[in-house]
Amino acid sequence: MKLTPKQATLLVLAALIALTPFFFPSGYYYRVGALIFVNGLAVTGIVILTGYAGQVSLGHAGFAGIGAYACALAPVHLGLHPALAAVLGAILSGCMAWLVGRPILRLKGYYLAVATLGFGILVSMVLNNERWLTRGPDGIDVPDLGLRGLLKGWGLDLSNGEFWYFFSGLCLLVGAWLALNLYDSPTGRALRALHGSEIAARVVGVDVARAKLQAFVISAVYASFSGSLLALQNKFVTPDVAGFMHSIEMVTMAVLGGVGSVLGAIFGAGILTLLPQALTVFAEYEQLLLGLVMMLVMIFLREGLLPSILRKIRGTGE
Amino acid sequence: MSALLSIEGLGITFGGLKAVHDVGFSVREGEIVSVIGPNGAGKTTLFNMISGVYQPGAGRVSLSGEDVTGMRPDLLARRGLSRTFQNLQIFQSMTVLENAIAGYHLRESGSVLADLLGLPASRRRALTAREGARALLARVGLDRAAEREAGNLCYGALKRLEIARALALNPKVLLLDEPAAGCNAVETEEIDHLIAEVAASGVAILLVEHDMKMVMRISNHIVVLDHGEKIAEGDPATVSRDPAVIAAYLGTEADHADG
Ligand SMILES: Nc1ncnc2c1ncn2[C@@H]1O[C@H](COP(=O)(O)OP(=O)(O)OP(=O)(O)O)[C@@H](O)[C@H]1O
Ligand SMILES: [Mg+2]
Repeated sequence: MKLTPKQATLLVLAALIALTPFFFPSGYYYRVGALIFVNGLAVTGIVILTGYAGQVSLGHAGFAGIGAYACALAPVHLGLHPALAAVLGAILSGCMAWLVGRPILRLKGYYLAVATLGFGILVSMVLNNERWLTRGPDGIDVPDLGLRGLLKGWGLDLSNGEFWYFFSGLCLLVGAWLALNLYDSPTGRALRALHGSEIAARVVGVDVARAKLQAFVISAVYASFSGSLLALQNKFVTPDVAGFMHSIEMVTMAVLGGVGSVLGAIFGAGILTLLPQALTVFAEYEQLLLGLVMMLVMIFLREGLLPSILRKIRGTGE
Repeated sequence: MSALLSIEGLGITFGGLKAVHDVGFSVREGEIVSVIGPNGAGKTTLFNMISGVYQPGAGRVSLSGEDVTGMRPDLLARRGLSRTFQNLQIFQSMTVLENAIAGYHLRESGSVLADLLGLPASRRRALTAREGARALLARVGLDRAAEREAGNLCYGALKRLEIARALALNPKVLLLDEPAAGCNAVETEEIDHLIAEVAASGVAILLVEHDMKMVMRISNHIVVLDHGEKIAEGDPATVSRDPAVIAAYLGTEADHADG
């Protein structure tokens, strides 16, 4: 049986998630793995927005911030279960994306990048300054998701690291599955069409402003869930989650791995999550590193790392 | 038979240049009307105004009697207007088949949620479009290139791909901007047959083409533009004898058409 590209991608991803723990030297790596998956989820949203639809956002961390703080605040103030709080955050993020995107996406050019940049800064400022609600830069506690205890009751006893590794991995798989469904669907084709030629997309009947808005809202929901997952697994969140650096990180991860492919972008998330962990010196120069990576990719690997590698392999294999 | 497309007094200026001025004519069901004229005469600009790419500065465009002047291209597509581009507008990183499927957008698109979840309804819509697109590719002789990335095809093939994509909309009015450019004699003849076939099925066709043999062979009616203005119109025989037309073309292409 021949696998479709979608099935192959999901299979590779599932195998990686399931099998890499066998090579972990210590329990600490579950945490790193979970972080990669959380970033991978946000980056999958960027693939839909930038890879499919060709639109650039410099403020997606703002949505991650909304998702993260929803998990911190909604259980306390609204009495919601943390899982429902994450859903509420996603709905809120989607609505914000719709409000921000609607006037902007009618315009041509890079207005979206500028507007989202402003939006990200705004969210970050609110989280930092509205201390009565968010406790400001010091951060705020996030309640336990409670799922690990539930699993334990059912006889599946996982360590905290293991639980978040597999749970985030599962979320990433679902996110990748949705994004891959979209790719080869009428909506995905419309997005890729307007990326290729906006005018031709219009002529075949694509309502370009509406299609871009759909991509923007969907990718915002991805970022929001990514922020929620991060907050829930850390049981703590600071306004950094909504910071400009986090937005840039998402875009760089996607571009490094290959913004046109889900697996590539997740690969990029993996590398840029691991690098500062492996080389602690880089942690201090992370901004420099991100800038450098972005420049090198733009100059040498326009389609991203993974597609370039695959092309090399196929090129010599045939 | 009533006019499917009719334009009156259409005009536009670009920084003082009257690119098109006071042009009017109509195209009926099953009719092939050609717009000819030297380079820079305003043919493509005329197409851009009719298809909603440019906002006309003056005049009126009607589709089946409805005033659609300056309407957005996607709304015109819903009303049955479709076009190709002189300077190719291909979805480069999509496959040839996907480019043709894109032409089915209005018929294949539905709920985004169904598309995300890969629901059977979404897949069924996509499958119908895919089958239709395959048939269209066969019709323009591109079925064997279906799975290739469109950006890798040669110019002539891409011209035909644009025609397939435009036909996928199942249009009532079809605008073709130099469909035979870059094609060899055999391909040109195939396109020629294809256009005649499409017209015979009741589509109103507006054609811009520099291949005068082709224009004279398949047009029911010819409109001649020069410096943005209509200088002549009529059936092929009348137009090719018109002194103003011969002057505009400096004799060369008009001679070519006779010979
Ligand atoms: N967007 C624009 N801005 C400014 N000038 C334009 C624009 N589009 C067209 N023109 C000008 O309008 C005139 C008509 O151009 P158009 O492309 O319509 O000619 P054409 O008849 O299609 O020529 P060709 O046979 O070479 O395709 C030209 O002088 C061109 O430079
Ligand atoms: Mg032209």
